[in-house]
Amino acid sequence: MTLNEGAVVKEPGSSKINKTGSWRTFRPIVTDKCTGCRICEWYCPDSAIKVKETGGKKKAVVDYDYCKGCLICVGVCPQKAIEQEKEKR
Amino acid sequence: MAKNVVEVAAAVAEAVKLCEPKIIPVYPITPQTHVSETLAKMLADGEFDGEMIKVESEQSAMAACIGAQATGVRAYTATSSQGIALMHEILYIAAGMRLPIVMTVVNRSLSAPLSIWNDQQDSFSQRDTGWIQIHVEDGQEAFDTQIQAFRIAEETNLPVMICLDGFVLSHVFEPVRFLTKEQVKKFLPDYKPEVSLNPSKPVSMGTLGTPEYYIQFRKQLQDAIKKSKETITKVNREFASAFGRSYGNGLIETVNMKGKKSALITIGSVAGTARELIEKESIGLIKVKSLRPFPGEELAKACEGLESVGVLEKDISLGGNGALYDEVKAALYNLEKRPNVSGFIAGIGGRDISLNDMEMVIKKIKSGKEGTEWVL
Repeated sequence: MTLNEGAVVKEPGSSKINKTGSWRTFRPIVTDKCTGCRICEWYCPDSAIKVKETGGKKKAVVDYDYCKGCLICVGVCPQKAIEQEKEKR
Repeated sequence: MAKNVVEVAAAVAEAVKLCEPKIIPVYPITPQTHVSETLAKMLADGEFDGEMIKVESEQSAMAACIGAQATGVRAYTATSSQGIALMHEILYIAAGMRLPIVMTVVNRSLSAPLSIWNDQQDSFSQRDTGWIQIHVEDGQEAFDTQIQAFRIAEETNLPVMICLDGFVLSHVFEPVRFLTKEQVKKFLPDYKPEVSLNPSKPVSMGTLGTPEYYIQFRKQLQDAIKKSKETITKVNREFASAFGRSYGNGLIETVNMKGKKSALITIGSVAGTARELIEKESIGLIKVKSLRPFPGEELAKACEGLESVGVLEKDISLGGNGALYDEVKAALYNLEKRPNVSGFIAGIGGRDISLNDMEMVIKKIKSGKEGTEWVL
């Protein structure tokens, strides 16, 4: 974040600069039950989940730099494939 | 230009008109009303190009000022008393967003008990909001300072409130020398902010300040308002060279100080009452014009070598002292030889400060007494 007068953000995309992963109390963990259906990706309010393909298998991947640990993904997963774990600091 | 005998509120409206704010959101409150009523008439008569928004409260008025000013046009409002109290929350936002909004505060006491009459508790209690706060003594100073306010605001990116005493100044008819539209246009350049809301180049203003950044923004604002002293004195100087009128250095005004042992320090229209007596009583007068930024160094310099000073103010910081008294005392602390400092709380809720009251105050100041007392 640059200290522009009046806390003005002159260019879009500043949410990338401000990492919010440290706000997390619970960490979502995607297990192998994931089918890559992308429902969690659509629901994630921080766009912090992307379904990626590795070795022909689709799987949700959480970006822990930005995931705030709201656990909406845990709730919406039809496969109950996302577990949660308390963050250790 | 010839002098016009006008009501001071109308002179303020004339000054505002000459600065051509595009948006004027207002909510009526006594004794500010004559300022906005006059502006409403001027707009209806097509005397200048702008729009008045009739909002549902003063909080909305200030919020609308913020929205309007953020689009890159001048926004102006006027208020008093409960009105500025209701704006309190939004005043911080205007300053934090660095929007050079200009407001006139026609000073009035705060309820309860309900009082429409003059004192300065309303604007004094907003002194921590990040607004520049300038007080005036008479009609001509109100007119001139109102015009300077737009320059000061736009050069510093800070909001400015010009404060004048309700009724005893705002409703008084005085001879005031106006400026022409051309003169003001020359003195006050068009408002062209570096950043404004524009769909073709989107920006966010006043965004979230997480703990890593918030304190830095606050320091930035503090540095800016401290530095605005330079702009205020510069604008005062340039106004003087353009139109031949100035008010001290723009921050404080000293009168009859040469060879004096004591001085009366005050703010606003009561300085006019003091002027009647200072020569006869052989005492100096220091009129504080800018409450924020507070001219501490300038006051200390003016008080150097004095034996005693007294602060007369229409304000009380309940549970503390008069706010001006406390600040003056703090400003004088570093003087090698500190004068005795007395404080006088007077004129609260419209109580007249008579010449007899003033004589009594001056006698007490000269006696070197310390501490605060009420003039009842």
